[in-house]
Amino acid sequence: MTTKAFQRIYTKITQITKATCTLKATGVGYDEMAIIDGRKAQVVKISGEDVTLQIFGGTEGIRTNAEAVFLGKPPVLKVGPELSGRFFNAYGDPIDGGAPIDGEERQIGGPSVNPVKRQQPSQLITTGIAGIDLNNTIVTGQKIPFFADPDQPYNEVMATVALRAMADKIILGGMGLTHDDYLYYKNTFDNAGALDRIVSFVNTTDDPPIERLLIPDMALTAAEYFAYDRNEKVLVLLTDMTLYADALCIVSNRMDQIPSKDSMPGSLYSDLAKIYEKAVQFKEGGSITIIAVTTLSGGDITHAIPDNTGYITEGQLFLRRDSDIRKVIIDPFRSLSRLKQLVIGKQTREDHPQVMNAAVRLYADAANARTKLENGFDLTDYDQRCLDFASEYSEKLLAIDVNIDVEKMLNTAWELFAAHFSKAEVNIKQSLVDKYWKN
Amino acid sequence: MNTIGKVVGIISNLVSVKVDGPVAQNEICYVKMGDENLMAEVIKVNGDIANIQVFESTRGLKVGTEVEFLQHMLEVTLGPGILSKNYDGLQNDLDKMQSTFLKRGEYTNPLDDDTKWSFKPLAKVGDTVEAGDWLGSVKENWVDHKIMVPFSFNGKYKVKSITPAGQYTINDTMAVLINEKGEDVKVTMVQKWPIKRAVTCYKDKPIPKKILETGVRIIDSMNPITEGGTGFIPGPFGCGKTVLQHAIAKQAAADIIIMTACGERANEVVEIFKEYPELIDPHTGRKLSERTTIVCNTSNMPVAAREASVYTGMTIAEYYRAMGLRVLLLADSTSRWAQALREMSNRLEELPGQDAFPVDLSAIIANFYARAGFVELNNGATGSVTFIGTVSPAGGNLKEPVTESTKKAARCFYALSQERADGKRYPAVDPIESYSKYLEYEQVQQYLREKISPDWNEIIDETKNIVLRGKEAKEQINILGDDSVPIDYHVRFWNSELIDFVFLQQDAFDEIDADCPLPRQEFMLKLVLDICHNKFKFDSFEEISAYYKRLINILKQMNYSEYQSDNFNKYLNELNTTVEERRTK
Repeated sequence: MTTKAFQRIYTKITQITKATCTLKATGVGYDEMAIIDGRKAQVVKISGEDVTLQIFGGTEGIRTNAEAVFLGKPPVLKVGPELSGRFFNAYGDPIDGGAPIDGEERQIGGPSVNPVKRQQPSQLITTGIAGIDLNNTIVTGQKIPFFADPDQPYNEVMATVALRAMADKIILGGMGLTHDDYLYYKNTFDNAGALDRIVSFVNTTDDPPIERLLIPDMALTAAEYFAYDRNEKVLVLLTDMTLYADALCIVSNRMDQIPSKDSMPGSLYSDLAKIYEKAVQFKEGGSITIIAVTTLSGGDITHAIPDNTGYITEGQLFLRRDSDIRKVIIDPFRSLSRLKQLVIGKQTREDHPQVMNAAVRLYADAANARTKLENGFDLTDYDQRCLDFASEYSEKLLAIDVNIDVEKMLNTAWELFAAHFSKAEVNIKQSLVDKYWKN
Repeated sequence: MNTIGKVVGIISNLVSVKVDGPVAQNEICYVKMGDENLMAEVIKVNGDIANIQVFESTRGLKVGTEVEFLQHMLEVTLGPGILSKNYDGLQNDLDKMQSTFLKRGEYTNPLDDDTKWSFKPLAKVGDTVEAGDWLGSVKENWVDHKIMVPFSFNGKYKVKSITPAGQYTINDTMAVLINEKGEDVKVTMVQKWPIKRAVTCYKDKPIPKKILETGVRIIDSMNPITEGGTGFIPGPFGCGKTVLQHAIAKQAAADIIIMTACGERANEVVEIFKEYPELIDPHTGRKLSERTTIVCNTSNMPVAAREASVYTGMTIAEYYRAMGLRVLLLADSTSRWAQALREMSNRLEELPGQDAFPVDLSAIIANFYARAGFVELNNGATGSVTFIGTVSPAGGNLKEPVTESTKKAARCFYALSQERADGKRYPAVDPIESYSKYLEYEQVQQYLREKISPDWNEIIDETKNIVLRGKEAKEQINILGDDSVPIDYHVRFWNSELIDFVFLQQDAFDEIDADCPLPRQEFMLKLVLDICHNKFKFDSFEEISAYYKRLINILKQMNYSEYQSDNFNKYLNELNTTVEERRTK
């Protein structure tokens, strides 16, 4: 994006805030990109001749006579097969020292897929982690975030999932990643020999926060190229969406918008939905699956960011530290995969749905028993057996370090049922009990 | 002459236009961006500046662009061919769009101009008719689709001629009417109606009394909704709102189902697209898709059209009601619609109400719910629009503006509880918080006495009471400990668990359990209550839970078996034997 000779240069800036500038200009299109004082900016408001720009790099040091040039197009990404294995910043410029991409220019944040042209997601993604595969099975074309406190190893889990998921391409959208996390991803993918099927768009904590707003659209434009133009199975990792929402909040605040819940902009739901809804299964075979991270503050899921996310995504994976087994587990109560019904018991063994539900119900009974214990009441024999079951269930199935196939998960569950309960207590359809009960 | 204007300001999809002539509030206009015409609606006028909300992305729009105002409000096109269609919020036929990605400014015909319909006249030459009266009928799938005097016709008309039976397309003249001034007016199969105006071509709107069967036990028995009734389902995410709404859509005893996917997930709509052409309607034996129309404005589609989508759905529902049909309208979710209103209100810089929602939110919601109802048409036939909306309260907190406003407007409240969802007790409808005001109607009580059984109202009362007492007992047990409360408390608690597991919970994914017709509901509830009435002998509280779990297990197996099949009766016998084991009287 270099300045061309015939472009008009504007120098009359009338207003500057921490994130925006307003200047007098004509013939400007909405959403158009501009360069002001060498920094990239985007049109967010036009009122007659007053054009308000959102300055991605912040407005520090911008003078009222700074030079502004409009580029005549919204933010774009050049796409092509050469994207593979490369690292880019929020503007789609390489940061790995390699050559710029010479491909077709595409506007980011393009139109959505016609719902009738979508295919129902139907392909199982196996991760080896039972907390996901057994209890919250995910499928291609799904969008699902990890809900985790900042101290939990969500980046590690996400990298593991990405590598095991057997996707044709993995696209990493890093927003406010620490430099260490960025290197962690890079090394992990490198060590796994997977670097050539990874495309990364990274905004680290060293970069201006407003730039983050471009990352998801950049990542998803690349994803659409691979999934739609080349019919590939694409997995998009977005970390951390909470930092993305924070950037939205900053901009709307600077534009004097009336905040709604938790001082987030009133359009938060639509803003997030526009990103997550890019997850799709195309009829031609390609797909975009989105796995994101939403960090929570103190496990609070009623905050506007996780709350709106939960209404948009197809479930959530909730990470929690289990003090019993001293490991991080995928919490079976708060986690959910809405699309699991499409594959469990169909692409997996017939007993999958009932086994999954029975195990979670017994785990819930164990939680009740624990409350009783904490309140100083005596436990019944059943309570005790529930507790024993729960700690084995956590260790063998819920912990994130488990790596077994679904069949093995189901067999393990039946073994645990038989070890701790009677058939009536497990409460599963008789025909399945007859077939799978481990004596 | 259409008024023309020029764009002077743009903030996202709110555009200010300087106009050279008169414009109307809610008038439709086109923003002419090269070869793309972007549809928009006037939402505020100030001097010669009209503020319009554009139903599409405004990317690249420039100051000075021409805008043409069309002199009408946002309308839907009504005529045969609506059923089985998939529309967007502005009633564009999504299947007619060629490209995989939605193209800005692409609008498609909601009906099919070339399809021939088999017409049968109903009115005779010389008849006096008025708006909404039936002139003839065509077969649309299995429905008798009435061709009516357009809703917009004022006063009385005389039928001058009517087209004889035969095959015609929607734009052929089906009748010629003479108005009060003696002029001829042609009527085709198609008419248009502005979506924000209620269709009121009926004689009377009496109190609804018939129950709309949904096959969902916790609704039909515990808190029934009537034909022409209104209800809403609030709940935090992950509590099964959508699953419950889909279950209702599949099983409800309605003639027509209109589903509005308003600002929700696209994959949920895709599920309907895929499943409905295969699923069978339990009441008619026809394919579900034949009685269903989908209006979808998913969350990534333009925000402004979200508001339009619920009104489009309602207007289509009212149209079919005027044919004497029972229509069920479902909207998922009305919160997204409210959020769309909030976004616009914010851009207009209006003073905000609670949580930044517009201050007239409550009135808007109440007006919308009031359009549902049971009506008597001019010719004595009856029709109904039953409306069930979901609400997605922020943070699962039911004290937020959308839930509270809806609570004032809707008569049935199906509160989904996080606690029940966490315990996988689905449908997670809270049996204590939820209510149906219709149960208090004398007409409804009478209907239930006749339709189900003479003591039904008392039975439901008792059931609710057992559930409530069970909850109280549970609280006592939690405070005092298992062995510090009388054994009776445990029995009380387990009676409520029995009702919960066997009757209130229902497996929406099990082929048999998913749909439970009223006679089966009556049988199962009476069976469970009989057990609750028994006196059992227990020596310790531990025996109680073990014993009740056995009962629950047997009864659940019954729920999974075909009603009154050999298997069902086998479990019934097993149940009776198990009950006799401990019965003391």
